[in-house]
Amino acid sequence: MKRFLAKTYIWILLILLYTPLILIAVFSFTESKVLGSWTGFSTRLYENLFTGRIQGSATLLSAVENTLLIALVSAAVAMLLGTVAAIGIFNLQGRKRRVVSFLNNIPMINPDVITGVSLFLLFIFLHFSQGYLTVILAHISFGTPYVVLSVLPKLQQMNPNVYEAALDLGATPVQALRKVLIPQLRPGMVSGFILAFTMSLDDFAVTFFTRGTIGLETLSTYIYADARKGGLTPELRALMTLIFLIILILLIVINVRQAKMNKDKE
Amino acid sequence: MASEEHIIDLKHVSKRFGDKTVLDDINLYIRKGEFVTLLGPSGCGKTTTLRLIGGFLAPDEGEILLDGKDISSIPPYKRPFNTVFQRYALFPHLDVYENIAFGLKLQKVPEDEIERRVKRVLKLVSMSDYEDRDVDSLSGGQQQRVAIARALVNQPKILLLDEPLAALDLKMRQDMQIELKEMHKKLGITFIYVTHDQEEALTLSDTIVVMNEGKIQQIGTPIDIYNEPVNCFVADFIGESNILKGKMLRDRRVAFIKHEFDCVDEGFGEMTPVDVVVRPEDIYFTTDPAKCQFKATVNSCTFKGVHYEMWVDTDTGYELMIQDYDPYPVGAEVMLYIDPDDIQVMRKERTRNVMDGKMVDETHVEMIGGVFECLPQEGIAPGDDVRVTVRFEKVDLEDHQEEGVVAGEVHFLLYKGDHYHLTILTEDGYHVWVDTNDIWDKGDLVGITIAPEDLLIEKKNEA
Repeated sequence: MKRFLAKTYIWILLILLYTPLILIAVFSFTESKVLGSWTGFSTRLYENLFTGRIQGSATLLSAVENTLLIALVSAAVAMLLGTVAAIGIFNLQGRKRRVVSFLNNIPMINPDVITGVSLFLLFIFLHFSQGYLTVILAHISFGTPYVVLSVLPKLQQMNPNVYEAALDLGATPVQALRKVLIPQLRPGMVSGFILAFTMSLDDFAVTFFTRGTIGLETLSTYIYADARKGGLTPELRALMTLIFLIILILLIVINVRQAKMNKDKE
Repeated sequence: MASEEHIIDLKHVSKRFGDKTVLDDINLYIRKGEFVTLLGPSGCGKTTTLRLIGGFLAPDEGEILLDGKDISSIPPYKRPFNTVFQRYALFPHLDVYENIAFGLKLQKVPEDEIERRVKRVLKLVSMSDYEDRDVDSLSGGQQQRVAIARALVNQPKILLLDEPLAALDLKMRQDMQIELKEMHKKLGITFIYVTHDQEEALTLSDTIVVMNEGKIQQIGTPIDIYNEPVNCFVADFIGESNILKGKMLRDRRVAFIKHEFDCVDEGFGEMTPVDVVVRPEDIYFTTDPAKCQFKATVNSCTFKGVHYEMWVDTDTGYELMIQDYDPYPVGAEVMLYIDPDDIQVMRKERTRNVMDGKMVDETHVEMIGGVFECLPQEGIAPGDDVRVTVRFEKVDLEDHQEEGVVAGEVHFLLYKGDHYHLTILTEDGYHVWVDTNDIWDKGDLVGITIAPEDLLIEKKNEA
């Protein structure tokens, strides 16, 4: 009985969580204008998405491009900055280390709206013209802590002497970093990159406040604007389903990697 | 074997971490081809010394010479030394072959020569068939062999070893000791070895450097260090010993445990307080009353494998440890003697506590980080700098830190036959020495009190 209750509870929870996603996925295979009315199975929405035969398709495609470009660039930069920062934090002693780690965690729990507004004010204060650059900078700033957080454990697991061993065998500090440190930190760096990438992909609030007035649209701002114009463009259902699938695959990749790494250690 | 030529010289080397001095004016030379061991308890500065030589740390003062040239500013990757680290520090993302070839590849040695040299060194450490193995799949002992091979393949002038056997079990450790010794003989390069294991040091070394609290205590061959320790610390750290309070009566005549003995030491002066070390295997049983120097009663007898370890109470009330191949029953009355050669006399490092202080008012003096009550002092005004002398046995220790005027912990202890001689490290970093009959352990937290009448206060001469 107890087991039955526990199981039911889990299923109810999962259904509540996933119903909206499933609904969108299901209704991405029908042509109806409004969500909820089924007008027969069709892959038309997907076809339209890829052939560009939709209203305002140019903006939609450029929004997708912008989103991917911003996510890739900001995640790559965050990965480099975060790895260097993690090495720095790791080499701090006691109290300093705790304080800096704490400071690193704040941006992650800080509400996006506040991050967005404060960056907006900062850019105005610095007389930055807002656009691509400011959005990328903003995304780097909230992506970096995630990289730090995924690289730090790798540093802790590492034998503290391996870097010195590399120097001892004749490697310069740069060679030691490249040939010994980075190969061992790579799994953490990749996880951090994927996290920063997904955070960037689905960000709305921060982008909204830092994109300026040049008409820069990412997926989230496009969808928001589209929905406000009166009903969602049906093709967006197909797009969202695709994005969900991509994220799902990335998550599975991370998990499989992690499981494999844990198994290797045993 | 070692030549007279120095390969490494440390001159007045000091190192501080924050406000803690870890090395204090170290002077040391190492001869070419020598097997030198830096020996001491944890925190004595031995690993720091090795890291300074390896170039992973820079000295705050002093210089480090290689073949007479200062190398203090040369980074580790340009020094012709290689290190075997304590926890191996192999590269987990490379296999055995690549680990060993790492240094050679950086030097751009041709591929076929790398292969030849890796194979040769793998054979040297008896790991020939393991080239393609992942390092994580190797046992601790095997990883250690790979670490040694990885260092040796670069043909360093000096091999630095930082407690390389500490993580291995006893049997493996003993086998590896023999192999290391043989490798040293075969290769003829200088080995600098760090360990806290005195037995390992005695087995392996040409020269042992005993360190404690950032200072070198004694440098010598294993036999010198064992037979002629220069102070109580060395005597206690190396092997088992009976360390006793004594008095040099005149040249070649010393008194301890309330008996007089002939010895071989000279030049201490007459009636000089000294410390005496007698190794437990150097106290002999006899049945000949003519040979007997003192009598004792056997208190306990334990079988230790090769010998028996016995504690005896002497007729004068001291406890001594004796090791002998033949056991004597508990309660037996025995006759004992010690050869003059086996009595090691050491100058006393200190005879009483001498502390700098300042008078607070007529009956209070501030010293070692606390204010102690004293008898009214004439001729000394509040604010005067004073020197306070307290005899070891007049310092009282309390079980709870808060019951003392000053809090501290038991830092080092020696049994001296009828009492313990403790070194207390106070919270503010002062040393206080105490003679007591109570039993304390290293690390015990204690409070220090001193009765007012036991403080001997003198005004300091104005400089």
